[in-house]
Amino acid sequence: MMFDRRLLQHFDWILLLILILIGAISTINLYSATFPIRDVGGSQIFLKHIYWFLIGFALLLLMTTFDYHLLERLAYLIYFFSISLLVLVLVLGEIYSGSQRWLNIWGITFQPSEFFKITLIIVLAAYFADHGEYTEYRLRDLWRPFLLIIVPFLLIIKQPDLGTALILIFISFSIILFMKVNWKSLLILIMISLLSAPFIWFNLKDYQQKRILSFLNPGSDPLGSGYHIIQSKIAVGSGLLWGKGFLKGTQTHLHFLPEQHSDFAFSVMAEEWGFVGSAFLLILYLLLILWGINIAKNSKDMFGTILAVGIVSIVFWQLIINVSMAIGLLPVVGIPLVFLSSGGSSIISTMAGMGLLMNISMRRFMFQ
Amino acid sequence: MRTSGFDPVLVEILNRRLRIVSILVFLIISALIIRLWFLQIVNGPLYRAQSENNRIHLQKIPPFRGTIMDRKGELLVDNRPSFDLYIIPEDIQDRKQFLTCLKFLIDIDPEQISDKLDKTSNLYSFRSILIKKDITRDELAAIETHLFDLPGLYVQPSIQRSYLFKNLASHVIGYLGEINQNELKSGKYPDNSAGDLIGKSGVEGKWHNYLNGMAGGKQVEVNAAGRKLQDLSIKLPVPGMNIILTIDKDLQSLAEEKLRDKKGAIVALDPNNGEILAMSSSPAIDPNMFIGGIQKTEWEKMISSSDSPMQNRAISGQYPPGSLFKIAMALAGLEEGVIDPDELITCSGTYTLGNRTYQCWKEGGHGSINLQRAIMESCDIYFYKIGIRLGIDKIAHYAKMCGLGQKTGFELGNEAEGLIPTSAWKLKRFGVPWQLGETVSSSIGQSYILATPIQMARLISAVFNGGKLYQPKIVRYIGNESDDAYRFTPTLIGELGVRQENLELLKEALISVVNDPQGTGARAKIQGIKVAGKTGTAQVVALEKIKNLDSDDEILDKFQDHSWFVAIAPAENPQIALAVLIEHGGHGSSGAAPIARDLIKKYLNIDR
Repeated sequence: MMFDRRLLQHFDWILLLILILIGAISTINLYSATFPIRDVGGSQIFLKHIYWFLIGFALLLLMTTFDYHLLERLAYLIYFFSISLLVLVLVLGEIYSGSQRWLNIWGITFQPSEFFKITLIIVLAAYFADHGEYTEYRLRDLWRPFLLIIVPFLLIIKQPDLGTALILIFISFSIILFMKVNWKSLLILIMISLLSAPFIWFNLKDYQQKRILSFLNPGSDPLGSGYHIIQSKIAVGSGLLWGKGFLKGTQTHLHFLPEQHSDFAFSVMAEEWGFVGSAFLLILYLLLILWGINIAKNSKDMFGTILAVGIVSIVFWQLIINVSMAIGLLPVVGIPLVFLSSGGSSIISTMAGMGLLMNISMRRFMFQ
Repeated sequence: MRTSGFDPVLVEILNRRLRIVSILVFLIISALIIRLWFLQIVNGPLYRAQSENNRIHLQKIPPFRGTIMDRKGELLVDNRPSFDLYIIPEDIQDRKQFLTCLKFLIDIDPEQISDKLDKTSNLYSFRSILIKKDITRDELAAIETHLFDLPGLYVQPSIQRSYLFKNLASHVIGYLGEINQNELKSGKYPDNSAGDLIGKSGVEGKWHNYLNGMAGGKQVEVNAAGRKLQDLSIKLPVPGMNIILTIDKDLQSLAEEKLRDKKGAIVALDPNNGEILAMSSSPAIDPNMFIGGIQKTEWEKMISSSDSPMQNRAISGQYPPGSLFKIAMALAGLEEGVIDPDELITCSGTYTLGNRTYQCWKEGGHGSINLQRAIMESCDIYFYKIGIRLGIDKIAHYAKMCGLGQKTGFELGNEAEGLIPTSAWKLKRFGVPWQLGETVSSSIGQSYILATPIQMARLISAVFNGGKLYQPKIVRYIGNESDDAYRFTPTLIGELGVRQENLELLKEALISVVNDPQGTGARAKIQGIKVAGKTGTAQVVALEKIKNLDSDDEILDKFQDHSWFVAIAPAENPQIALAVLIEHGGHGSSGAAPIARDLIKKYLNIDR
């Protein structure tokens, strides 16, 4: 296929600009977050973060080179391939601190569950684009998407990776709600979720149960996550309007903040750059999401629209959950903030998603 | 905007939904920003004060590790208070003066501390640095009196593991060491974190998670200098559970005394259920030395030492069983019908097969003897002939039924399997067929045959307890007498599977080994108690080679035979079975038998 000149004209510079801005902020912030642990692997984490972002941007460009409709045709192939990776994790995966989430292939360690978020969106978009005749979905119309969701969900819960499993559910609900479900079915869905809560509760690891309990009653676990929440709130709150300044956050640099380069990276930002910095970052994320929704709106077909909505929902949910956790609105669930937290798999998979968004955006004026 | 193939009505519906989604997203993120406003602007000064003036530290409270006791409840392993010396760099006024002063008080290298101080960045100067662990009482007294002259110095008590009897049962008890990265990652130590000491071997290792307990901790409010203002909230540690071993401490200490300055092993067990009463291996190490961390060079020296002090010879030392193997041979011969207990076989002192001549240990031979005398006097020729009648594969079959050539299932350490050769094994291993001559030397427990002391102790137990092979176990219970987390139950692993009448014949013969004046084990005889047993002498080097050395009184120590003795008492109602092995201890009758006698006397409380 010849490369179409019009594609270049329609390159989405705004999306790229927002991403570069967030990437730059994230890099600066991570430099500070890893500063106090430089001698114990911190500088490694920082350097890797930069590499991952560079690879991520390259991947983003790569993801724009083909027509995204290809994915609609390959959706189920991709799905089964990803499922087999998840199964492989449970068989061959590497275990760190009690959970088996990582695969090591040719020396590269990655987390297949991170990439499954994109897979799930592709397969659900393909399904709903193909079954677009319903104006209102009833429960019985949804059994197939349910099957598509529940299998990876159970595989990921088994690892266990509660955070990612939860994100999968949020993404799926977002897409299903967007496709519009009738009221009665929605109620039944919510009922089923509530009824299955005890089942999930008893399958949670001890530490996960403790996190939820300590959120409901912070006094119950003053040493574990209760402590994390308190320290994170102090970090955020003590930033005031302008922050303590770059590399000057005492909470960060005196080791009070836990997981400061991953789950609590936002707290580092809020401490050092204050309300101005953290609100600015949130507004950037808001712009990214709204722009994504705009891309969904301009897409010329159902598949593109749903795909864009799904990708945007990843950013939205991880943002909301992670930031809420950092400011003490939610329990510590271990969900990273896309772009801001360290972690190769998260950055690469999100950047791949952004590439797809770009792809949809660039092909908005094209006829098939 | 949407074009081909898109229903305009649907487009309108979708666009409306996307507008709603946009508004929702906008509202939710705005809510987060408002929350940030409250945290950072409205309540910000409060948090700023907390972060600047009052800092909340997390302080770990280590749990009390469970103690380890012997079967009667006597403490073997306890915890004791230790006093550790710390300094806070920030509070030291004049470093040079501080260090000179300190040098007078305790035995310490000022250069080393100076180095440590240089390495600490100014950012952390309010944090305390450990400079000496476990200072002596005298040092403590000296420091306490000068504490006010030395700002920046303080003493912190901690709990230290204490092995009360040093080497006693050290292979069984094991030792502690700092948890490493792999162990942390493995998820096997849910209640431990970096820097903790965990059990690395023995009982300390195997039942670590019972012993460990759960660390507590407290949130401590400290000021900017790191000084404690108040405890905010506290979680008490949960002490670990105590472990009561099956070991009898008195018997164990005597066993160790007997092995002092020797290399060897002693296993004593309760023949009726497999409880280990004593297990000693010499040389041994003192687990106390691992606590402060051990120097790498010292560790390597220990690992590579030819004495292998880390090895538990009782379970992983593999030796030719020598004449002890005749127990298995007798059972095999009787069961296969190649031994008639009354048949007289002539021992002339030599046995010739092909062009090779095999010796009996007794020069001149035993004359015409039956099974009972062959065992009692440990005649080699008798069993050479029985061995030829049986063939190696039948011998191997019965040896395996006797629990040889396989692990006994003991719970601790790297148990060795020993070795029972078969003709197929040899062909596979060496590529050459089995030689008849090897059957001859196998018949008296030489050739390729290897066994561990614990296997032999279990074998004699089985002969006297009606043929039952129990899994040897070391723990009576964990926790309290009434509320236990684990309690000993005997585990039957297998049975000898031989006829009762044959066992009775063998028992009689083994009793005569000790009680008949002609018996090789006469030195284990105890007045008033019927002891049964069997001697063994395991050749380290073939006899003819020693003869080549041609200087009987100067046989090099390493060419000396290993001395074996297995015993059980009282024969009619067995309460203790044991195996004694002394490396290079000479004959079983002189080296090991008297040791077994003294241990039995100790255990059965006989003073004569």
